[in-house]
Amino acid sequence: MERQSDYLEMTLPAKPQYVGIARLTVSGLANRLGFSYDDIEDIKIAVAEACTNVVNHAYEETGNMNLSCNVFEDRVEMVVADTGQSFVLEELDQNLGPVDSKKPIDELKEGGLGLFLIDTLMDKVEISGENGVAISMTKFLQRDEVENNVDGVSTETNAQEQK
Amino acid sequence: MNLSTEVIEKADKKKILRVAGEVDAYTAPELKANLNPLTEEEGVEVIVDLTDVSYIDSTGLGIFIGALKSAENHGATLRLTGLNERVKRLFTITGLDEVITIDDENTEEAK
Repeated sequence: MERQSDYLEMTLPAKPQYVGIARLTVSGLANRLGFSYDDIEDIKIAVAEACTNVVNHAYEETGNMNLSCNVFEDRVEMVVADTGQSFVLEELDQNLGPVDSKKPIDELKEGGLGLFLIDTLMDKVEISGENGVAISMTKFLQRDEVENNVDGVSTETNAQEQK
Repeated sequence: MNLSTEVIEKADKKKILRVAGEVDAYTAPELKANLNPLTEEEGVEVIVDLTDVSYIDSTGLGIFIGALKSAENHGATLRLTGLNERVKRLFTITGLDEVITIDDENTEEAK
């Protein structure tokens, strides 16, 4: 159907100090693939958010997170997966949204913005969970000949950004 | 992947926290440890200078939400200054710019 050019994968301990390593890796990859400065920053944030979720929620004690990247001609697809308890999955969809400025400050939550950011910054996002949670994030290379309209979780937000 | 912070006391009731580096899951606890105590004094104006912050994600945003709450509870104020475009963008996307006071440009005090 289509030629997949490259695949890379790494396994990291699910600890805060390794989130930056995942971020640096995708930053280097996106840079090599020719993504714009802004897109590279978006990719760094999205992958860091996914890894941070693993660090904070996946394991009661220790575990690993797996980062894999599929490089296609027109896009990169990054998956951050864990093998922990996928309890977060049920809570995921409910609170995707920006901060509500009408709420009293005391009621603002200090977490929960990570998935919203992933959803906003990436072109296509899929979350699955059987043995752990896997977040798949796709970012398209912005070239004129590339068709960007794919059905994703966040088509509305991203459709605006891509114009 | 490092963070450094420095507190500058400008006047009795004005404190500037200068932050430099990257704010993520690893460095956020350090930011929190340095920022929150500043917000726990009544009437104090806390200014966080993010001029040298190159990266921030939701963990960092969460620290500022926490600091804002703390400031509110203690009768202090919190203001962010010096945000680069990328950092500012995250505050805008998440709607936090509607909740937290953010300077458009560096204030004189923070320079």
